[in-house]
Amino acid sequence: MDKKYKIQNILILFLLFILINGCQKQKAGITLAGSNSITPFAELLAEEYMLINPQSRIHVQDGGSTAGIVAIRNNAAHIGMCSRPLSPTERDLHSVIIAKDAIAIIVHPKNPVEDLSISQIRLIFSGKIRNWREVGGLSNPIVVITREEGSGTRDSFQKMVMGKDEITLEALVQDASGTIRQLVADDPNAIGYISLGLVNEKVKPLKIAGVEPTFKNIENGKYTLVRPFLFVFKCEPEGEVKTFLDFVLSKRGQQLLAKEGLVPVIQE
Amino acid sequence: MEIKEKVIEKILLIIAFSTILILALIAFFIFEQGSSLIWKVGLKNFILGDRWVPSKGEFGILPMIVGSFWVTFGALILGIPLGLSSAIFLCEWIPPMVAMFLRPAIHLLAAIPSVIYGFWGLITIVPIIRNYLGGPGLSILSGSIILGIMILPTIISISEDSLKALPPSYKAGALALGATHWQTIWRVLIPAARSGILASIILGMGRAIGETMAMIMILGNAVKMPSSFLDSARTLTTNIGIEMGYSTGDHRQALFATGIILFFIIMILNSLAIIISRRRTR
Amino acid sequence: MRFYQSRYLTQGLAKILIWVASLFSIAVMILILIQILSEGIPVISLNFLLDHPRSMGREGGIFSTIIGTAALTGLAIIFATPLGVGTAIFLREYTRESRVSRIIRFGTDCLAGIPSIIFGLFGFIFFVIYLNLGWSILSGGLTLASMILPTIICTAEEAIKAIPYSYREVSYSLGGTKWQTITRTILPNALPGIFTGVILSVGRSIGETAAVILTAGSSLVMPTSIFSPIRTMAVHFYILAREGVSMEMAYGTGAVLIIMVLLVNTIANLLLNRYIRQRT
Repeated sequence: MDKKYKIQNILILFLLFILINGCQKQKAGITLAGSNSITPFAELLAEEYMLINPQSRIHVQDGGSTAGIVAIRNNAAHIGMCSRPLSPTERDLHSVIIAKDAIAIIVHPKNPVEDLSISQIRLIFSGKIRNWREVGGLSNPIVVITREEGSGTRDSFQKMVMGKDEITLEALVQDASGTIRQLVADDPNAIGYISLGLVNEKVKPLKIAGVEPTFKNIENGKYTLVRPFLFVFKCEPEGEVKTFLDFVLSKRGQQLLAKEGLVPVIQE
Repeated sequence: MEIKEKVIEKILLIIAFSTILILALIAFFIFEQGSSLIWKVGLKNFILGDRWVPSKGEFGILPMIVGSFWVTFGALILGIPLGLSSAIFLCEWIPPMVAMFLRPAIHLLAAIPSVIYGFWGLITIVPIIRNYLGGPGLSILSGSIILGIMILPTIISISEDSLKALPPSYKAGALALGATHWQTIWRVLIPAARSGILASIILGMGRAIGETMAMIMILGNAVKMPSSFLDSARTLTTNIGIEMGYSTGDHRQALFATGIILFFIIMILNSLAIIISRRRTR
Repeated sequence: MRFYQSRYLTQGLAKILIWVASLFSIAVMILILIQILSEGIPVISLNFLLDHPRSMGREGGIFSTIIGTAALTGLAIIFATPLGVGTAIFLREYTRESRVSRIIRFGTDCLAGIPSIIFGLFGFIFFVIYLNLGWSILSGGLTLASMILPTIICTAEEAIKAIPYSYREVSYSLGGTKWQTITRTILPNALPGIFTGVILSVGRSIGETAAVILTAGSSLVMPTSIFSPIRTMAVHFYILAREGVSMEMAYGTGAVLIIMVLLVNTIANLLLNRYIRQRT
C-alpha cells in the first residue's frame, strides 16, 4: 500500500516537473516561418547564429511564403520568410530584403537547347509549345515541371515569366525545388524552374535571350528573373529578433548567403 | 466504497467515449473548415468540376477523384491476385515451419513507413517506366505498382487468416469426393472464405485510398484529368498533402473540403468492411 | 481420360502461377528493404546517431530527429494508453453487448480507418491553430495518440478477454470490489497483451509522416519543451529525399528508420508469441 502511494507521488511530481518545464512557451527562442525556398538558407543562418549565441534557439519552419505571412499575423512565428514581393494587402507589414535570388530555368545537361527567350519559355510552360524540336531540340515531348500553388517561387515565376497566361494543367507538380532539380537531372525531356542558388552540376541552367544566369548578370541587371528574399515582421523588430536580423545583414551573414549562391544585398 | 465504485464506473464510461469524442471533433472541425467553401462553390461544381486552379478561385476536384479511383483500381488489380496467391501459398503449399517464419515477416513488411516505399518507387520503378514505356515516369502506373505492393501485406494476412479459420472438414470433404487440391482451393475454400477475403480487399482499398506520402513522391501531381495509365495524376489525398502547407483562406478551405469528400468515401468503405466482417463472425 | 488430365493440368498451371506470384510478392518486398539497407547501413555510425544535423542535414547526424521521434511517440503513448485501456476495461468489464458498447466499437472501428492526412488536417486545425499549441511535440503527440487509440483499445480488449472468468470469481469471492478486482487481478495479467499493443503502436508512430509534418513542424533544433517543434526521422527522411540535399544522409536515415521499425515489431511479435504460449 505504501509502496504504491510512493510510486504515485513520484509520478505526479515527475509530471508536474515536465509540465512546469514544458510550459516555457514564451521563452522558447524565435521562430521563422514561410518560403520553402528561403528555409534552407534560414537554417544555415540560424545554425551560424546559434554557434555565436549558444543560448539562443532559432526554429525554422517551411510552409510557403503566404503561410509565413499568416503565421506572423497569428503570432505563430516572429519572422516571416517571403520569396516574392509583398502583395497590396500585405503592405502594412514591415519587410527587409536579406538577399536577392535568381530563378533559373533548368533542363537536362544533355539537352541540346541552351538558350530560350522569355516568350518561348512562356509558351512552353503554358503548354502551347509541346515538343522540343519546336525550339531547336530533339523531337521529344516536353515534360513541364512546376512548383505547387502557394509557393513563392511559383508566384515569382508566374509574375515574371507567365504574366496573364496559366501554367499548363498538365505540368508535373512537385513541392520542393530539390525534387524538381532531381527530376530534371533524370529526365532528358524535362524543364523546370528553381532558385539559382540550388543549381548544381546535374542540371543545366538556360540562358534567357542570350543572357547567362551569373552573379555579374544579375548585378548589372541583364538577367531579369530576379526576386527578393524578404524577412517580414508584424512590427518593428526588437530584442532577439533584431539581433538575428542584424546578424543576417552583417558581413558574416551575407557572406554565408553568397557562398550558397544567393546575391547579397549588403556589399562591402 | 459503493460511491467510489460508481464514480469509477462513470469515469470509465467517459473515457470509453473518447473515441467517439475524437471522431466527432474530427468530423466537426473538418466540416466546419470545408463546408463553407462547398456552399460557396456549389457541391456539383466542386465534385464535378475538372479545373483545380486555386489562384483563380477554381476548385473542381473531379481529376483528383478520377486519379484516386484509377490508382486504387490499378493497385487492386496488382494486389488482389498477388495477395490472394500468396495467402493460398502460405496456407496450403508451404510447410508450416517456413510459414511460421514468413508470416511475421509479412506483418513486419506492413509496418514499413510509406515514405520508404515512395522513395524506393521513385528511384526504381519510375525510371523503368520512363525509359521503357515513355512519359515522365511519374504516373498512375508507377503509383499503382507501389500502392499494390503496399497493400499486399494487408490482403495476404487477412485472407490467410480467413482461409486458416475454415473448418478442416471443408477441405477433407472435397478431397474425399475426388477433387484435386487446386479444385478444392478454387471451388470450395475460397468461396467459403469469401467474406474474409472481401474484407481484406476492402481494407486494402481503404489503405490505398488513404495513402498520401508515397503518392506525392510518385504520381507527379499534375492537376489535369488523367487520360492514360502513363499520365501523371493527383489523388484526393495528395491534393491535400501537397498544397496544405502553403494554403490560406479559400484555398485552405478547399483542401479541407477535399478532406470532407475523402472522409465520406472512407466512411462508406469502412462501414462496408465492418458489415462484411461482422457477418463473417456470425 | 481426357477429363482426368485436364483437371491435373489446371492444378499444375495454378500451382506454378501461385508459386510465381507468391515468390514475386515476397521477393519484391525484401528487395525494397535490401536496397535501402544496403545503401544506408554504411552511413550509420555512432557519430551519425549522436551528432546533430548540420548544414540543412547535409552533414552531421540525426540526433535531434531521434530525440524528436522518441518524444513524439512517448507523448502519444502516454496519452493513448490510459484512454485505450480505460475504454477496453469499460467495454469488457462494465457492459455487455448493448447499444452503448456497439456505438463505442463503431467509433473505434471508424477511427481506425481514417487516413493519416485527415488526422493531419484535424491536428493542424484543432491542436495547432484552435488550441493555439502551435507546431509542437504536444500537438503532434496528441494527434498521434488519436491515431493509435484504436489499436490500443483492440489489443487491450483482447488481452482482458483472454483472462478466464475464474480469476474474477476468485477475487469476488475473497471480498474484492469490482475496481479492486480489475486493478489487482485483471490488469496485471493483461499487462503483456496491453504492452504488445503499445509496442505495435510505437512501430506505427515511428513511421508516421503526413500527420506529423502538419502538426509537429520540421525544425532541426533540439527541442527544449513540449511546445517546441521537432522533426521526426520519418519527416527528416522525406525532406532529405525531396530536397535532394544529401542522398547519403537520406539512405542513412531511411536505414535507421527501417531498422527501428523492424526491431520494434519483432519485439512485439516475440512478446505476443510468448504471451499466447503462456495462456494456452
